[in-house]
Amino acid sequence: MLVAKNRLGVVLFPAFDWAISPTHPEREERLLYTQDQIFEEGIMDIENIKFYNPEIAVKQDIQRVHFCVPDVEQRVTKSHLISAGGAIKAAHAVMDKETDKAFALVRPPGHHAQRVVYGDRGFCIINIEAVMLENLRRKYGHCRAAIVDTDCHHGDGTQDIYWNDRDTLFISFHQDGRTLYPGTGFIDEFGGPGAMGYNINIPLPPGTGEEGFLYVLDNLVLPILSEYKPDLIINSAGQDNHYTDPLTNMNFTAWGYAELNHKLNPDIAVLEGGYSIEGALPYVNLGIILAMAGLDYSHVREPDYDPVKLKQSKKITEYIKELCENIYNRWRQKDLIAYEFIKDKDYITRQRQIYYDTDGILENQTQTFKVCSKCSGVNMIKSNSDRGMPIFAVTIPRDACSSCVDEGYKIYKDVDMQKYFKVYLQDRVNDAYLDKQS
Amino acid sequence: MIVGLDMGGTNVDAVLIHQGKIIETSKIPTDHSNLLESIWGALKPLLSGQDPAKIERMILSTTISTNAIIEQKTDPVGMIIESGPGLQKDFLSCGRENIFIGGYIDHRGREVSPIDKSEIEKAAKTLKGKNISAVAVAGKFSVRNADHEIRINELLKDEFFPITLGHTVSGKLNFPRRVFTSYYNSAVYTTFLKFSESIYKALQREKINAPVSVLKADGGTMSLKAGERYPVNTILSGPAASVMGGQAFLETSKDAIFLDIGGTTTDISFLADGVPLLEPLGIKIGEFPTLVRSLYSVSIGVGGDSSVCVKNNKIVIGPKRLGRPQAFDGPCPTPTDAMIVLGLISCGNKSKALSAMKEIGEQLNLCPEAAASAILDTMAEMIKNKAEELLHEINSHPVYTVKELLYGKKIKPGLIQVIGGPAKAMAPILEKSFGIPCRYPKVYEAANAVGAALARTTAEITMFIDTAQRTLAVPEMGLYEKISKDYTLEEARLKAIDLLKQQSSLLGAEKGEIQAEIVEENSFNIVRGFYTSGKNIRIRAQIKPGLIYGLWGDKNVSG
Ligand SMILES: [Zn+2]
Ligand SMILES: [Zn+2]
Ligand SMILES: [Zn+2]
Repeated sequence: MLVAKNRLGVVLFPAFDWAISPTHPEREERLLYTQDQIFEEGIMDIENIKFYNPEIAVKQDIQRVHFCVPDVEQRVTKSHLISAGGAIKAAHAVMDKETDKAFALVRPPGHHAQRVVYGDRGFCIINIEAVMLENLRRKYGHCRAAIVDTDCHHGDGTQDIYWNDRDTLFISFHQDGRTLYPGTGFIDEFGGPGAMGYNINIPLPPGTGEEGFLYVLDNLVLPILSEYKPDLIINSAGQDNHYTDPLTNMNFTAWGYAELNHKLNPDIAVLEGGYSIEGALPYVNLGIILAMAGLDYSHVREPDYDPVKLKQSKKITEYIKELCENIYNRWRQKDLIAYEFIKDKDYITRQRQIYYDTDGILENQTQTFKVCSKCSGVNMIKSNSDRGMPIFAVTIPRDACSSCVDEGYKIYKDVDMQKYFKVYLQDRVNDAYLDKQS
Repeated sequence: MIVGLDMGGTNVDAVLIHQGKIIETSKIPTDHSNLLESIWGALKPLLSGQDPAKIERMILSTTISTNAIIEQKTDPVGMIIESGPGLQKDFLSCGRENIFIGGYIDHRGREVSPIDKSEIEKAAKTLKGKNISAVAVAGKFSVRNADHEIRINELLKDEFFPITLGHTVSGKLNFPRRVFTSYYNSAVYTTFLKFSESIYKALQREKINAPVSVLKADGGTMSLKAGERYPVNTILSGPAASVMGGQAFLETSKDAIFLDIGGTTTDISFLADGVPLLEPLGIKIGEFPTLVRSLYSVSIGVGGDSSVCVKNNKIVIGPKRLGRPQAFDGPCPTPTDAMIVLGLISCGNKSKALSAMKEIGEQLNLCPEAAASAILDTMAEMIKNKAEELLHEINSHPVYTVKELLYGKKIKPGLIQVIGGPAKAMAPILEKSFGIPCRYPKVYEAANAVGAALARTTAEITMFIDTAQRTLAVPEMGLYEKISKDYTLEEARLKAIDLLKQQSSLLGAEKGEIQAEIVEENSFNIVRGFYTSGKNIRIRAQIKPGLIYGLWGDKNVSG
């Protein structure tokens, strides 16, 4: 029988009894054919590949990352706790050295879930990678991580969560926001005052194929990673860049995803989007499993694969070359850009509007970051939605200095309760999560 | 009267049962050079003086196929493999000749690319040229659409025999195992056929008209005729005979651990609500995993005759057996010697057993009796540790629904059943070690033969329905038919039970004993665009392993 070169843990949890709604892309059927393919290929018999059931994430795992309005219980279902728990299980298998790598093939996805959660956006309620990463930092201690998002949509939730965290480098490949939901992910979205440059967006033109994706990886992502030197690489392995995906306009392939995974060499991969459930997912997931296990993936091909039809245009190739150069230069100059941007400000504020497409909610938000020389700075969110329930939330970051910790508690204590439905304090230093209601 | 026979590696055991009672037993050593003779050697004393007309049924548990595989005395097989895109294919080469052909069926059974007739003709020529007659054909996703395998069979059937088609060995998804299972089936085909022909001849000679069945690895039976077509299902029926035999003496409807302690090894199995647990996919034999349905049984190298020594102040038992116990002039101390010294069993030379325990005790600063106790405690502890490890594995088997993850069945044994030579001696020690009651049968003879004699027919079918394509498939029965677009799960359920009954009758089941059940069912909406274009229904139905009746006499059980 086959023996995998790398010990690989796989959490395969298709949640065959859960859907957003019967005909929604995020429905029972989504991983059915992927499971068929994995079973039929006999992946479970390959030596060194081990399958795990998800754990179930707990309330504190969610509070560490999100402010759920009105609360965790009313926003987050068991299915979401299992999906995040699946990612956590995968991470634990790697951190406990039971396996070299792990792949969480779970649903629903999470990369559109931001810090404040009024509802479901882009089929996501909680950010499963962030919940996983913060769980393992709590359990195993400090770690520098890079999250590389290869979903076709901008990972705006992950960007928001790690906006001001220089211990988490976030890199997102996606179809240009001018042509696709959520409409963000431009190169000038570069991180907060405490982590400027550690949020890297790579907006790619519609029609990008194998050549383009692998060019970006080789010429931009890998060089940045080799400079950043993360302890852990996490791949948000969305699969909607595939040429058959019904929601997007890219030309990527199953073999391409496998090759990208092989070159990126992530410790943990977590499934995100991808809704071509027959034409893409069975083959892309197989490709990723084989690549992570260190097995031959050169025979992984879609039944209708046609290299001529999928060849990317010269124009796109040229555009991507220039884009990569541009982004790489910004990365090299990040300290200068940060200096120019911050100057002598004590606080940096940004205003945002967030649309929850799945639930049809519109949120208005102001984030304020303290500029602190000793840590990434205490920060606050003031928010309201078109359904009401205004909130105020304070975050004391993991690396907070003692004066930022004190300031966080003071702001929480002094806030004018009349103005808000609920006020939150997220003290990540002490893993303590408080809230009060008027 | 029922005749049960179990051919093991060492002995052939046979038993004659009438109205729930054992009337006669016999035992002879297995003659590996003449397995058929061994069978008649055991049956002759059993049947002498009996009226052959009164025999109602006869069930054989035989190692004929297993032996052929282990001793590599199987027929050379030409493999024709349609591997399609996916994993690299080299590891599938298991036959004498392995020919990979083009063509591909996808996960829903749609033909993506056709087979090329000239490729098959060329393959036939190659196999002919190498004097290969036995063939196995297996394709990826052939269970979803067997058309390619069937058409290849059409092209080959006049020139080759036997031909095993992958979709017929199991409906489960696992292409490599389908390849290996088909290979083994063709490899042992003529060996088993010769065996069954000589059984028929002998039965005629002895004027026995009773239906003859063989035991399968899943603890159920199938008719000898069915065995001729799928001899692969008779491999490794020994552990199944032992578990079923145990059930004949020890009834329970609870979760339980089942132990068969032998001379060299202890076999560990489990019961869930009283029913023997099955392997999820199938048994492994030789170097290949298969889709042969089988009881879950794991062997560890600890038994009554295992060697005992002291290393780093610790007692080490097994994993080897170096010979008989010292009480029987063997080369080293064994757990059996410990049992003799403690008076738990009375056999052999007690003073030799005592000197064995003295030898161990001196190294541990213990008196011989304390050393003997320590050995048996260690043995129980080793069995317990392994059982717990296996249980943990079983209870964390992957599940795929929220409901199963939150509320799924976990096996929590509240009982140990133990059989085998040292069962009585070990029961109280196991009970102490595991902390749950341990039972052993008081009367206990020819258990494996009894297990074979009383086993029911088992069967399993896999049904796959795609109403968007209007197809229904039951690969094990070679059934592929068109259905209406609005076929429902309820209809599917009824049809599955009905087909399973047909299938089990074909395998030799009698009407009264068929208890069909649905073990898995799923129905998915196939949504394309924003509309439901059909339903994808999957059903697995089985007749679980069980006994036609038990020998649970009133005071049969101890412990
Ligand atoms: Zn992305
Ligand atoms: Zn996406
Ligand atoms: Zn500070």
